[in-house]
Amino acid sequence: MAEKTEQDYQFQHKHIFGIEQLSVFDISHIIATARSFREISSRQIKKVPTLRGKTIVNLFFEASTRTRLSFEIAAKRMSADTFNISASTSSAIKGETLIDTARNIQAMSPDVIILRHSSSGAPQLLAKYIDASVINAGDGAHEHPSQGLLDMMTVIDHKGTLEGLKIAIIGDIAHSRVALSDIIGFTRMGAHVHVAGPQTFIPIHISGLGARVCSSVQDAVRDADVVMALRIQMERQNDSLIPSLREYSRFFGVSRNLLELAKDDVIVMHPGPINRGVELNPDVADGGRSVILDQVTNGVAVRMALLYLVLGGNKGSDGQGESR
Amino acid sequence: MSRLIQLTNGRIIDPAQQRDEIADLWIKDGVIVDRQPVDAKDADIYNLEGRWIVPGLIDMHVHLREPGEEYKETIETGCRSAAAGGFTAVACMPNTKPVNDNSSVTRFILEQAASCAARVYPVGAISQESNGAKLAEYGEMKAAGAVALTDDGRPVVDSQLMRRAMEYASSHEMLIMSHAEEVALSKGGCMHEGEMSTRLGLGGIPAAAESIMVFREIALAELTGARVHISHVSSEQALALIRNAKARGVKVTAETAPHYFTLTEKAVLGYNTHAKMNPPLRTEKDRQAIRAALRDGTLDAIATDHAPHSVLQKEVEFNLAANGIVGLETSLSLSLALIREGVIDPARLVQLMSCSPAAILGVAGGSLRNGEIADVTVIDPERQFTFSAEKSYSKGKNTPFDGWSLQGKAVLTFLGGRITYQDL
Repeated sequence: MAEKTEQDYQFQHKHIFGIEQLSVFDISHIIATARSFREISSRQIKKVPTLRGKTIVNLFFEASTRTRLSFEIAAKRMSADTFNISASTSSAIKGETLIDTARNIQAMSPDVIILRHSSSGAPQLLAKYIDASVINAGDGAHEHPSQGLLDMMTVIDHKGTLEGLKIAIIGDIAHSRVALSDIIGFTRMGAHVHVAGPQTFIPIHISGLGARVCSSVQDAVRDADVVMALRIQMERQNDSLIPSLREYSRFFGVSRNLLELAKDDVIVMHPGPINRGVELNPDVADGGRSVILDQVTNGVAVRMALLYLVLGGNKGSDGQGESR
Repeated sequence: MSRLIQLTNGRIIDPAQQRDEIADLWIKDGVIVDRQPVDAKDADIYNLEGRWIVPGLIDMHVHLREPGEEYKETIETGCRSAAAGGFTAVACMPNTKPVNDNSSVTRFILEQAASCAARVYPVGAISQESNGAKLAEYGEMKAAGAVALTDDGRPVVDSQLMRRAMEYASSHEMLIMSHAEEVALSKGGCMHEGEMSTRLGLGGIPAAAESIMVFREIALAELTGARVHISHVSSEQALALIRNAKARGVKVTAETAPHYFTLTEKAVLGYNTHAKMNPPLRTEKDRQAIRAALRDGTLDAIATDHAPHSVLQKEVEFNLAANGIVGLETSLSLSLALIREGVIDPARLVQLMSCSPAAILGVAGGSLRNGEIADVTVIDPERQFTFSAEKSYSKGKNTPFDGWSLQGKAVLTFLGGRITYQDL
């Protein structure tokens, strides 16, 4: 079989469950598509008719403001109709299962369902029961692919490439779906990912995914091109994973001093929302190295690209939709 | 029903008598007769050329769900499933609703089982309601017919209670079966902790959660002189502890289940809830260690941990799905593969699936001796078939082996001389 070239490339995914399923071509294509859409957000009239008549459901079983809003803005800028369903997991436990919910939503003929759920693998389960495309907006401690993609896009914006970069990810790797998507994505695109944090936060087997585990935060940050701090969830103190936020901040927080070890042109990232003064010192979070707001902007663009591509993208109509 | 049956030309495999030969066997009035009776000419003859005749298989670890969850399985359907899998007896775990922690539940189970297709040996609870606080009435349950004790699925957390359970069970000459799990360590886990669980974002259960408790049971058995049986061993580390304890003379026995020597954690890929059980499927290294332990005697028995569930518990998010799979109708076929793969020989298989379970539980069976009750299983080791969960006798369709091409199965099962399953 001849080697695949960019000319033969076609985006083939109906669902986006994780970065795991995406090839280097897929990732490059999504980011290129997102770049072309990013410009729409800077227009006077921030709307194109691309997804007119499409129905997009935000189905969120966990509280989320930022991700839900980002998907909603992405959908609206492309003229899709959007609906938000916030279902608490507790009501799901009371009786209505995810599958019941899926069947009900299916009856309303949506085109895309954007799912956030506390259970890893929930998007795959949902996809078995509905015809619509499913985009994972975060499942348990598994993946958060749109975040992974916007992170990759942001790094490429600043560094031109991911190939050969040293990327340090600091913090709660074990409970972070962002970390997993980032490690898989960055590694697949040729970057070297170094993770660090208290050992209670580092899964024993994370090196199997291509990340290098550093014994100290200093080792991870030394000569890094990118430093990403992960959000520390307050409840982790109660799980005996860390003794206190104060101690965490002192030994594992990303400070200006720590950044001195990194490359001069290092960029600082964070998936948000930030606990200022815990995982990121305020002078770093709001400092000149921070690209955190670029991440937010790119988030909308990446989500526009994902919606566009899972709905058939440049192949035009998928048979049921309007022909443009 | 004819009262005299002649099984002719079959290969009789009966390790209890060190017998492995092609010979005839008769069943007269529900009892085994190993030399030609005078009225042989009146016998119903089954020509079993190419088939194996073995003592009825005994599964010492099943969940029959009755009383309380009859929508998952009943004693009747579970026994039919057992017979189809070549089993003539099963030991049923006490985690029913209500829990089998008193003689009236034990008696109810035996009454329901009386006309069923397999012998049912109830296993009583270690603690009242299996809640780990107070001892249940072992003497009463034994008098009603219980053969052993366990809080299966609700591991005994309190080591003092487990010590007392072993001591008190010894007074009644009853066996303690331990579901060995350190629940503080397995909490939040739903598969083996490893690269696969990290990749899938699922909470992990390390092998240490099993081995820590296996060591506790061994230490307590050593302290009290009691017998203890470790249920469903899944990890290499636990096996090493058991091997070592046996060498020291501790009265410990152990079982594993076919899924642990057939599958690994990889079966979970795609969030397959039919590969979710507790303890979880582990690594290839663990799988190989289990196979070695079946050969070297560290493991005494193959039991299924047959755990029927309805789709309501399995067609859900992986972390919310119930643990366990059905196993009665695939156990023998998966175990026969061990023979073809050179892990064990046929006599060892019969030990693992009949003689040892009978001896550990202290129940009848495990031999084809003249005069024994005629619980007999006939195996066709060559039969090729595709296992279909939908067509299985169990109400539970939750199995990772649905659609598997298997070789070898039970083709004729006798319970006290009565045919309970036939597929010749």
